[in-house]
Amino acid sequence: MSRKYWSVWVLALWLIGTVVVSLGDFHPNQIHLNLILAKPSVNHLLGFDDLGREILPRLLAGAQVSLVVVIVVTAITASLGIVLGLVSGYYGGWIDRSLMQITDVFLAFPGILLAIAFAAVLGAGLNNLILALCITSWVSYARLTRAQVLSLRQRQHVIAAESLGASTPRIMLKHMLPLLAAPLLVEATYSMAGLVIAEASLSFLGLGIQAPSASWGAMLRDGVRYMLIAPHYVLGVGLSLMSLVLAVNVLGDRLRDQLDVRG
Amino acid sequence: MMKRLFGVIPVVFGVVFLTFLLVHAVPGDPVEVMLGESASSADRIQLQSDLGLDQPIYVQFGVYLNKLVHGDWGVSIHSKKQIVDLLAERLPATAKLALLALLFAVMIGLPLGVIAALKVNQWPDKLANLLSLSISAMPHFWMGPMLMMLFALWLGFLPVSGMENGTSIILPALTLGFGLAAILTRMTRASMLEVLHEDFIRTARAKGLAESTVILRHALRAALLPIVTVLGLQLGSLLAGTVITETVFSWDGIGRLLVESIEKRDYPVTQACVLVVALVYVLVNLATDMIYTKIDPRVRFAT
Repeated sequence: MSRKYWSVWVLALWLIGTVVVSLGDFHPNQIHLNLILAKPSVNHLLGFDDLGREILPRLLAGAQVSLVVVIVVTAITASLGIVLGLVSGYYGGWIDRSLMQITDVFLAFPGILLAIAFAAVLGAGLNNLILALCITSWVSYARLTRAQVLSLRQRQHVIAAESLGASTPRIMLKHMLPLLAAPLLVEATYSMAGLVIAEASLSFLGLGIQAPSASWGAMLRDGVRYMLIAPHYVLGVGLSLMSLVLAVNVLGDRLRDQLDVRG
Repeated sequence: MMKRLFGVIPVVFGVVFLTFLLVHAVPGDPVEVMLGESASSADRIQLQSDLGLDQPIYVQFGVYLNKLVHGDWGVSIHSKKQIVDLLAERLPATAKLALLALLFAVMIGLPLGVIAALKVNQWPDKLANLLSLSISAMPHFWMGPMLMMLFALWLGFLPVSGMENGTSIILPALTLGFGLAAILTRMTRASMLEVLHEDFIRTARAKGLAESTVILRHALRAALLPIVTVLGLQLGSLLAGTVITETVFSWDGIGRLLVESIEKRDYPVTQACVLVVALVYVLVNLATDMIYTKIDPRVRFAT
């Protein structure tokens, strides 16, 4: 059991860590000038960074930022995408055609390129970071929902509900949405892993949260600078990021298999 | 075929519009943001009319579109150079990097995928799965420094960064290529597994062909079709990956130009970089679809 569910354990550990760091007596921005780039020790598990700040609390503070971004962006983009996808797939016609055309345009920008561009022009900061990621990540939810609705429309229980005179919102919410939940959940999981990376990428480029607030991308950038003399810095941050993304992805795989969603 | 070709037009139009909107997303006065507070009012008015910001927005878009089509992509605020020249200077470096990364990805991903499919659920398959999963969880800005540390600093036989050496390209290309190789491995494995159960494979074996011929000539050839499509789509994430990878390795391509322009608030250059990468991506996808119809007789005869 422990082997099977390690991804859940890793995620739980991170969640607990972010909660602990916000409740407990930790000072992620406190500077110890005598401990600049000090190696990990028993009392300070991951050592210190280039300004003499302890890495572990900063890592957890960074995880907190990451968590906030991921949750807020997912909540906004999933709701928006699901509503647009439902309307587009259910009504069809010009609404559908124009929405698909719009999503095609967004999909023409590879990866996080558009998010980088928007984050750049909007300016640094948490809100703009979230906005930039929202602008670019609603598309996959809309496409997925629409595709599913197109096939659900032909299902007998939907046709039955329609002929019994059920209202359109009722059909969408009661007869379609529950069947959409599984594929959407899987999509959301993978998308969350992508958002963790995207947030880190943007802050790596200096576009996310600004110093002295901790963020994984910025920590990695600083860590790379000192990777020769203090490899513990970059390794600590990088391996953390990797463990989180890996755990979310594996969770996604498991959900997909368990809920029998075809990719 | 023609339908696909014409379908690109509204997408390109939309891409241009969205990148056009970028400069309008700048909070406050874009002129002030770009020139800084100390700029003279003559400079401000000049830039404002250069960008067409004194016109209504639909006129601005029309002018922008017209200029783009005529090869006038504007002037860099920072270096005062023509943006078209800047792009032309940087594009070959990015193209070289992306193509080599693609080559690496195919060289690593295809064989691994084939081996994983042949040894399904045995240790080579499990190893390949573990590798591709872990690599997928390594963003470029983590993979890059790791490769740097391993090959350039510890083993010391490849240059750390820059582009003076002929071998400088290897590490950034590997950084980009590994991610794609991971996806390719999984795709090839899945595709091969499907094909290996087909009747024509049994026929080929029954004919007494050598196993290598069955695998390479019959199975892999059929399995390649879906892989080509994925490769085309994934080339996009490769292009987006150049932004970070080129920054990590100081590789002077479009991606680094984009980051530099962001740092200098040279938004017309930012806009142009985003536009050119998106356009390349659209064209690559179009080309992939075309190639797909060429190499798959079923699609060709169906249309």
